[in-house]
Amino acid sequence: MSILIDEKTPVIVQGFTGDKATFHAKEMIAYGTRVVGGVTPGKGGQTHLERPVFNTVKDAVQATGATTSLAFVPPAFAADSLMEAADAGLRLVCIITDGIPAQDMMRVKRYLRRYPREKRTLLVGPNCAGIISAGKAMLGIMPGHIYRRGSVGIVSRSGTLGYEAAAQMNALGIGQTTSVGIGGDPINGSSFLDHLALFEQDPETEAVVMIGEIGGPQEAEAARWVKENMTKPVIGYVAGLTAPRGRRMGHAGAIISSVGDTAPEKAEIMKSYGLTVAPSACELGSTVAAVLSRKSPARTRA
Amino acid sequence: MDIHEYQAKELLAGYGVPIQRGAVAYSPEQASFAATELGGWHWAVKAQIHSGARGKAGGIKLCRTYHEVHDAARAMLGKRLVTAQTGPEGKVVQRVYVEIAEKFERELYLGIVLDRKAERVRVIASAQGGMEIEELARTSPQAILQTEVEPAVGLQAFQAREIAFGLGLNIKQVSRAVTAILGAYRAFRDLDATMVEINPLVVTPDDRVIALDAKMSFDDNGLFRHREVSEMRDLSQEDPREAEASQDNLNYVGLTGDIGCIINGAGLAMATMDTIKYAGGEPANFLDVGGGASPERVTKAFQLVLSDANVKAVLVNIFAGINRCDWVAQGVVQAVQSIGMKVPLVVRLAGTNEQEGRRIITESGLAIISADTLAEAAQKVVAAARPH
Repeated sequence: MSILIDEKTPVIVQGFTGDKATFHAKEMIAYGTRVVGGVTPGKGGQTHLERPVFNTVKDAVQATGATTSLAFVPPAFAADSLMEAADAGLRLVCIITDGIPAQDMMRVKRYLRRYPREKRTLLVGPNCAGIISAGKAMLGIMPGHIYRRGSVGIVSRSGTLGYEAAAQMNALGIGQTTSVGIGGDPINGSSFLDHLALFEQDPETEAVVMIGEIGGPQEAEAARWVKENMTKPVIGYVAGLTAPRGRRMGHAGAIISSVGDTAPEKAEIMKSYGLTVAPSACELGSTVAAVLSRKSPARTRA
Repeated sequence: MDIHEYQAKELLAGYGVPIQRGAVAYSPEQASFAATELGGWHWAVKAQIHSGARGKAGGIKLCRTYHEVHDAARAMLGKRLVTAQTGPEGKVVQRVYVEIAEKFERELYLGIVLDRKAERVRVIASAQGGMEIEELARTSPQAILQTEVEPAVGLQAFQAREIAFGLGLNIKQVSRAVTAILGAYRAFRDLDATMVEINPLVVTPDDRVIALDAKMSFDDNGLFRHREVSEMRDLSQEDPREAEASQDNLNYVGLTGDIGCIINGAGLAMATMDTIKYAGGEPANFLDVGGGASPERVTKAFQLVLSDANVKAVLVNIFAGINRCDWVAQGVVQAVQSIGMKVPLVVRLAGTNEQEGRRIITESGLAIISADTLAEAAQKVVAAARPH
């Protein structure tokens, strides 16, 4: 098992024929992802990467039975494409695009709430690296070869720091179920909490690494939820100890602007809710190993 | 992106927020001439810098004659103004705003912000204007009125009315305050702002409601569709290196340490800086080269980092997803050769094409210290910056 995607998930790519989308769609296909087609308005009827192109998401869903999309759409058109995907009934939409205006995301999230909970699209991103279920399917731009099958879930605001966590775990023989990048924007499609809940239900996931950073209330909310609802151990880390106040650190959402936004504050909150916090970014792997061996010594090197 | 008070007022006035008549001036002569043109008996001369708390720092002066206006402008222009918000280096005043000064009876606070927790726009108001809202939130949170905006329909008049009555205004003042609140909200929404702050919003003896000060910040991601706003950017108010970096689409934030950092990905960049600190060093900067780091971008990044005279060693840490280690390695080699590095350089490459990248570094014959892991990279660069 894994969360969100596996080798059977039928995927379409929005903005399919663009350069970046083409490059990453090829990588995804090579990894084993079931890419069944794509959408580029005006190019419907063509074939791209030996797969059909459609004018609208609805057409693509009807013809291919896709349940999931990866969106590579420029910022100005991103909100529109996300609402189109939601309206076509896709279950999961992952958007990589960096630079979407925050108020657009606010409207998109409001729009998603038009649909009843059981039919509502789960949005991952924007400004993220995507989702990978190790050895099964990849929906994004990460280097697939650095992940290996195993029992630990990763959910991270940062893409590259998620890679770093996976690489450190691999070096200790610990593999991953699924790694999710929720993105570095102030308003995310889905939060730490949404994915922690999915990992909690996934029988194969034994522990989860949650990688946060400065800015915003997400980590604290998620940590509280972990304490109240989660049976599996969660390893936390918060980047940005050295970040000055009031300065945006690359990600649109990475800015210390109010109480509880700093890395030490978030790490303290995580600890107070019973999470194990990695003392530094180079101890992500070893902290996971320590938690797993406490949990069940025989299974750390699965 | 931040703008000046006079620019914020200009934008807000376009949405129906009442402001006082005023004019911007770049010289003392222009300032006194502006006062004669504006008319009135008293004027406020206000230093235009990207910071609040200007009054306490001597950046706002009330004047009774054209002469005083002239002298106040002369005293401010070209000087560095240090406020509680600028840091010790302060900001240079290159323009002043001359505004008709008028008596007022009450000072209110009006703020509009993007609430990340609720994922909505929030309107905040208080009857105690002139104070910083953060301080008010600490000392008397019950004095703060708030309302959340439903994104599908926007701020409604009844919400603005509730706030206006809540501020204890009389009926005449209420209708004017509602105009100001709705106008400020529309400006926020239409221009992709992240913050509008009118502090104080004053009430005059004849029941008018006026924005006496105004501050606006904008979502950088929204600027592409607001040219009128992006043209207001004043690079003189930003750190020169950061301004230069942004021209090249690099994310740079200057810090006070001595280890220069060139990293891909904002999260990994912050984590690498933390690891340097953990290893006993101090990072000199944050720098995210981003995806698709071409040799040109890497060279630019090196130039930027090395333009900080404090830098005693540089760490390049790349975990390539979209990036490819071989491209980055070529960029590093090219940059080192063209710039002529005088400080030690530690490079750690991981991810896509890492073997090829490492080979390029080794075969270049340059004095580059290689590292395989983040921990090793941080230890090596800290050691390199402090030779024994």
